[in-house]
Amino acid sequence: MTLKVDNLQVWYRTMRGDVQALDGVSFSVGDGELVGLAGESGCGKSTLGKSLVRLDGRMRHVGGTVELDGKELPIGDSERMHGFRFKEVSIIPQYAMSAMNPTRRIGRMVAELLESRGVRFDGIRDELLRRLELVGLDPEVLDRYPIELSGGMKQRMVMVISTLLNPSLLVADEVTSALDVSNQKAVAEALVDFRDRDYVKSTILITHDLSLAYQVADSIIVMYAGKLAEKAPTDSLVTAPRHPYTRMLIGALPEVGVRYDTRRLTGIPGSPPSLLDPPTGCRFRDRCPLAFDKCVEQPPFLEVAPDHAVACWKAS
Amino acid sequence: MLRLDHVSKSYRVGTFGGRELAAVRDVSLRVEPGEVVSLIGESGSGKSTIGRMILRLTAVTSGTITFDGTDVAGLTGSRLRAYYGNVQGVFQDPFSCYNPIFKADRVLELLREPYFAGLDGRQWRAKVERALEAVRLDPGQVLGKYPHQLSGGQLQRMLVARALLLDIRLLVADEVISMLDASTRVDVLNLLGDLKARGLGILFITHDLSLGNYISDTAVILHRGEVVETGATDRVFDDPQHPYTRSLLASVPQLHRKWDRDERRLVSEPAGEGGG
Repeated sequence: MTLKVDNLQVWYRTMRGDVQALDGVSFSVGDGELVGLAGESGCGKSTLGKSLVRLDGRMRHVGGTVELDGKELPIGDSERMHGFRFKEVSIIPQYAMSAMNPTRRIGRMVAELLESRGVRFDGIRDELLRRLELVGLDPEVLDRYPIELSGGMKQRMVMVISTLLNPSLLVADEVTSALDVSNQKAVAEALVDFRDRDYVKSTILITHDLSLAYQVADSIIVMYAGKLAEKAPTDSLVTAPRHPYTRMLIGALPEVGVRYDTRRLTGIPGSPPSLLDPPTGCRFRDRCPLAFDKCVEQPPFLEVAPDHAVACWKAS
Repeated sequence: MLRLDHVSKSYRVGTFGGRELAAVRDVSLRVEPGEVVSLIGESGSGKSTIGRMILRLTAVTSGTITFDGTDVAGLTGSRLRAYYGNVQGVFQDPFSCYNPIFKADRVLELLREPYFAGLDGRQWRAKVERALEAVRLDPGQVLGKYPHQLSGGQLQRMLVARALLLDIRLLVADEVISMLDASTRVDVLNLLGDLKARGLGILFITHDLSLGNYISDTAVILHRGEVVETGATDRVFDDPQHPYTRSLLASVPQLHRKWDRDERRLVSEPAGEGGG
């Protein structure tokens, strides 16, 4: 078991009170597993990804634990996390396109980054060149400034840098969202490649696009309003979803071949609750067609089949 | 209704404008009443430039754009205002179309003086409510609210309502749903479908093939400013002829159909292409 998250709570401090962005999340990721973490904006998926690597100033670790390879990650303590970041846990941030220092040639920036972590650039240079080739980048990009690269190239460059020290866990936050479809496919498949070559042990791929997660992930977690709704192996989640939210979300996706005049899709009425003062019980119940009396109590996140967990009273 | 004949657009680039970049090359297409034409292309394909030229936000370099037989380029003054009474655009980012200092319905209010000066308060209010109801917004819920109090889907639908106030005949919808969440996306798409049934012609500009497929009658595939394939949507999607269309279709992530892993190949591209 590479990663074990237990009842994790991370809140945001705001002027109007605490936003309970991540409220009691538990799951685990196995060795070599590529997990897709899907959900709509504001569901807490990026907060979860960031919590595993670096809490920003507004985020507060309220409760719960994270264990990586049997050691507890001190996620609330930025100083102690410093020893884990880049080497054990690494992230391709959502802003990867602008993550590189614009005033340095890329090669020099990578060298400085490595030296700040006590790693000699010369010793790793050959490996770096091998990996650049693998993602289709010419070695000469190291002599260029970030502004000279296209969006897809920058994304792949950051991906190579983030994984250079073979971290145990990689968090890839919306790495394909800003890319064209052909680049999207290349980047998503490079993530699989990196896992297959053991550059990273396990990967969490955060995305708003369920169909992208379906292409490359071994299992998928669906989040809703700060909680996990469902986690299942990819095929079961897409073909036999158990949570009403997952079902409606899949039903709302237009696919190639589905046409308005032959099969009209429906969205999900309503909008997610505010996490400033979240309602008790199931957070989806206002929008759920199956809601009944019991939904005023929070349903537990329970396994209903092997590796298939759902937080819904109607699912078990 | 709308006709583009051999339209091209080139920009001067480079330090002293010494080089020419052809953003759109020799594009011809038509949009008829009650027809949805989707203009599909990746970034840099010129799809937004075409939309902007139709809306007269960018000048045409060569070729003509005509609406009901009149060349759009020469319109000025009251004739231009009449053109905007027929043709309106809605864009990708609903959040930045609103001034956060004012109430959201100001985007509707601003139309009143130039176009509806003759209406009294009650008539105007009824007209606004009808337009909001047409986009399935509850007037009581959205009027008098500030932009931050409304969701992205609501804001986007209000911009469509603004276009409908004018009884337009052609809507240029440029990536209108890319910023919306999956659960509300399809509502805006269905809305466009309903408007089409009422006779509105729509130019639906998108990079997402599955969205282009859902409501359109005709699909136009753009690549580097040129039309590479055009035809009835189901034909283009079922039996793509051009290799570019084929590779584009093969790369789209779909539920229930995984990428062909034998075809996998990491693309490399020349540096300095820009984009992203």
